[in-house]
Amino acid sequence: MTAAGAHDTSPALVTGGSKGIGAATCVALARQGHPVTFCYGNDDAGAAATVATIEAGGGKALAVKADVADAAQVDRLFGEAEAAFGPTLVLVNNAGVTRDGLLVRMTDDQWNTVLSTNLTGAFHTIRRATPGMMKARYGRIVNISSVGGHIGAAGQANYAAAKAGLLGLTRSVARELARRNVTCNVVAPGPIDTAMTADMPDDWRKTAQDTVPLGRFGTPEECADAVAFLSSEAAGYITGALLPVDGGLGMGH
Amino acid sequence: MERTEALDAIRDVAVEVLSVEPETVTEAARFKEDLDADSLDLVELVMALEEAFDVTVDESELEGIETVGQAYDLISAKL
Repeated sequence: MTAAGAHDTSPALVTGGSKGIGAATCVALARQGHPVTFCYGNDDAGAAATVATIEAGGGKALAVKADVADAAQVDRLFGEAEAAFGPTLVLVNNAGVTRDGLLVRMTDDQWNTVLSTNLTGAFHTIRRATPGMMKARYGRIVNISSVGGHIGAAGQANYAAAKAGLLGLTRSVARELARRNVTCNVVAPGPIDTAMTADMPDDWRKTAQDTVPLGRFGTPEECADAVAFLSSEAAGYITGALLPVDGGLGMGH
Repeated sequence: MERTEALDAIRDVAVEVLSVEPETVTEAARFKEDLDADSLDLVELVMALEEAFDVTVDESELEGIETVGQAYDLISAKL
């Protein structure tokens, strides 16, 4: 096991940190030593809870209300993170929403909302974070995709498009920034126990569980640990990679 | 700003960003062929020049900027 690197205390920024995988990721990164800034949409209570958990563990956290689909808000988000902790060198694009429905009946709004938050949001944050990472000659970018991105579930054409898009985005960015010691990778969770899946109908949950080779849903912590590893200095030779945390569901894709 | 002062400042930025010797950063020096700068180096160079001179350079303005002298012309027109 390699020892912790100096950059394992570099400022980290997570989008969508008020609950689920994002919240767990914030906690895991804080435990690894990073001061963590995270943005959230409207779950004030969840955001406060994430900050409280981190501070109770002796870490530092800053919650900022911001919509990643809006470039100006992303700029403000990064400005507040820089003022608090210095330039962001670890970025986790986790903010994600669903607006499920069959494509033939899907509204423009359903399509645009999911694409702009899940994919364009990552474009905004990476563009804003890159100059700082280039200057520091160090960066860790982890984008949270989904097993749905490469399997393509019915009723989730917008979500699948956005999540699959994240993989292409990740690889281009990985290639562009490699010479500056910036890695960019994807973690693709399978069905995880969060608010996003709690809303799903019971028969979907049962089918999902039975299809997963490991026979259960994953926990947000299991995803967060994968993200924390790829965000660490030790993961410096891994870039443009896809790490599934899906109980084997997406095997072979 | 005086011409030589601006050229010196551009040289300092180029030396730092491109890790080259100051003597190689002549007005005629071509970024790619003489200073071994790839496209990422050029982006970083532009960002550093924007900061050093407090100007903004549009992507479209970078078309055809191949030498140090041309970069000087671009920047000094904005000062």
